[in-house]
Amino acid sequence: MSKSRIDARFAALKAEGRAAFIPYVMAGDPDQATALGILKGLPAAGADLIEVGFPFSDPMAEGPPIQRAAQRAISKGMTLAKTLGTIAAFRETDQTTPIILMGYTNPLVTWGYEAFAHDAAEAGVDGLIVVDTPPEEAGVLAAALDAAGVSLIRLTTPTSDDARLKVIVRGTSGFVYYVSVAGVTGVKEADAETVAPHVERVRKASGLPVAVGFGIKTPERAAAIARVADAVVVGSALVDEVAVAVDMNEDVTARVLSKVEALAKAVRAARTGQTAV
Amino acid sequence: MNSTPSTPSARPNDYSAYPDAHGRFGDYGGQYVPETLMPLVHDLDAAYSAAKADEGFQAELASFLTHYVGRPSPLYFAERLTAHFGGAKVYLKREELNHTGSHKINNCMGQILLAMRMGKTRIIAETGAGQHGVATATVCARFGLPCVVYMGSVDVERQKPNVFRMNLLGAEVRPVTSGSETLKDAMNEALRDWVTNVHDTYYLIGSAAGMHPYPAMVRDFQAVIGREVREQVMAVEGRLPDALVACVGGGSNAIGLFHPFLNDAEVKLFGVEAAGQGVDTGRHAAAINGGRPGVLHGNMTYLLQDREGQIEEAHSISAGLDYPGIGPEHAWLHDVGRATYLSATDTESLDAFKLCAELEGILPAIESAHALARLPEITKDVGKGGIVVLNLSGRGDKDVATVAAHLGMQI
Repeated sequence: MSKSRIDARFAALKAEGRAAFIPYVMAGDPDQATALGILKGLPAAGADLIEVGFPFSDPMAEGPPIQRAAQRAISKGMTLAKTLGTIAAFRETDQTTPIILMGYTNPLVTWGYEAFAHDAAEAGVDGLIVVDTPPEEAGVLAAALDAAGVSLIRLTTPTSDDARLKVIVRGTSGFVYYVSVAGVTGVKEADAETVAPHVERVRKASGLPVAVGFGIKTPERAAAIARVADAVVVGSALVDEVAVAVDMNEDVTARVLSKVEALAKAVRAARTGQTAV
Repeated sequence: MNSTPSTPSARPNDYSAYPDAHGRFGDYGGQYVPETLMPLVHDLDAAYSAAKADEGFQAELASFLTHYVGRPSPLYFAERLTAHFGGAKVYLKREELNHTGSHKINNCMGQILLAMRMGKTRIIAETGAGQHGVATATVCARFGLPCVVYMGSVDVERQKPNVFRMNLLGAEVRPVTSGSETLKDAMNEALRDWVTNVHDTYYLIGSAAGMHPYPAMVRDFQAVIGREVREQVMAVEGRLPDALVACVGGGSNAIGLFHPFLNDAEVKLFGVEAAGQGVDTGRHAAAINGGRPGVLHGNMTYLLQDREGQIEEAHSISAGLDYPGIGPEHAWLHDVGRATYLSATDTESLDAFKLCAELEGILPAIESAHALARLPEITKDVGKGGIVVLNLSGRGDKDVATVAAHLGMQI
């Protein structure tokens, strides 16, 4: 049932002839209540799907913005259980926007893969990205998620050759995430021209929509990627807005949602010939 | 003595046949890395397997170990420590006499030759006490490769002489200010560097930890310690030792000593973890005695972590043992009951440091002093007429300021 939420959303966007915009927010950043407020505001601000990060103390593939977001969340007592609680609260008012959880293996090991898959599905999670669980280590987790009807979203990267791509997309569902730069999140900038052939390769190998992330910061860049990919993910640039708002004592929710609106508008306009904001 | 119960089930017939094809030691090990790095660790695995089987590579490594590192290191009968404890004979494997002052150079020499064989042109490393950083900077200088060493800013402060040594050797030391600013965070930063510089960079990991093939590869390069001990103890005593003792952080000096003896059931193996202020205080670095299995830095192993699976900071007087995990082979040897993991506190290790200096004229690294601290019980347990070999993995000159500070003295 929950798998269909991702499929239904991509099918609808395909009919509209546009790419999806996927904002990434860190659960519990800057605190649980504010983060829930942001989450609830995302669909109206233009989010087609939402990635929710669950914090980990040692996020080895993240650049400074998401590292700091995780630290802010952990310091306010955010946990994986509270993350699922936040998503369940979001689902009370939104039953259609797909939610993808993203994070690292150890909190899942602590929970237990089978119990977690069940509890995540119950909370309304549609997909899971585990940065440090490659296909080789995913067997038990993948089976548990499959049984619970949650998609295990796979990552492909500039280092994935054709042979590797086959291994990555085997048995995957929902969509495939293309990590557009070799590096950590939020440092290098993705280039649409370089990304385009990779997206096509991943699409062909998987038969699924391809979302592009890691290194998209501005509406202009988001629009350029939206012309070649099925979805555009922006994370570090949004969590940076949280940091700035906290530092300047501004309304965090308003600041983040306004950035989301600008990015979503650019993605929606990308294929209609309109100039992005 | 302080040890958790272990499960005696699933004992293998051949302990030395691990890891399996998936890089696993039982449940432990594996390759939990971001997808960007998967092709790189597969390449490394293939390149190492080929090098391991290549007589030319092994001969080149052996030659550098002899003429540059200064191997074999002596096996020294510590007569006065033996008399002091009044039990089994104590032999010290003198790894502190290697070039650069610790066992770390054994592994660095192996990996730098492999890196060059793979055509890599830039070397990165993490370091805690600075011993691995110095050893890496040394081999990079020797072979003319640029070297970046990540080091927690707390460790940069407490191991200043080693930072200066690395600089003299031409390495760039990058202080790491994220997280707890110690070894685990240095490893995070090194991994972030590697994932960003995939084309030219070789990550020279310093312990038998991290993702496959590192635990097996680092062990193989350090196993020269155990192979020499085997020959040396046979030459002087005509039989195998009754017990082997080594300190364990990530565990490379310990696994290097243990591995050639894994199938000799009569040889007891003791690893000594850093108990910091005491395992009961929560301020320690004893992953097996005070942690539980989880995933960090590419492998499944015992980790210090909270109920939520967030990694907890390790605490130890020894920067080299100040890590919240342990190599996966040790986790497995513990579970199957082949090795016993004890612990020693900061205070016990300082006492052992002084004792070794006063009785044998050897300043041990504060890391190695953790192993020395458990000798009273182990020598008594083995008893008179028995033989105990302790890996004196490093020299203590780097630690004199730390020791002085703990003794309330200024130097």
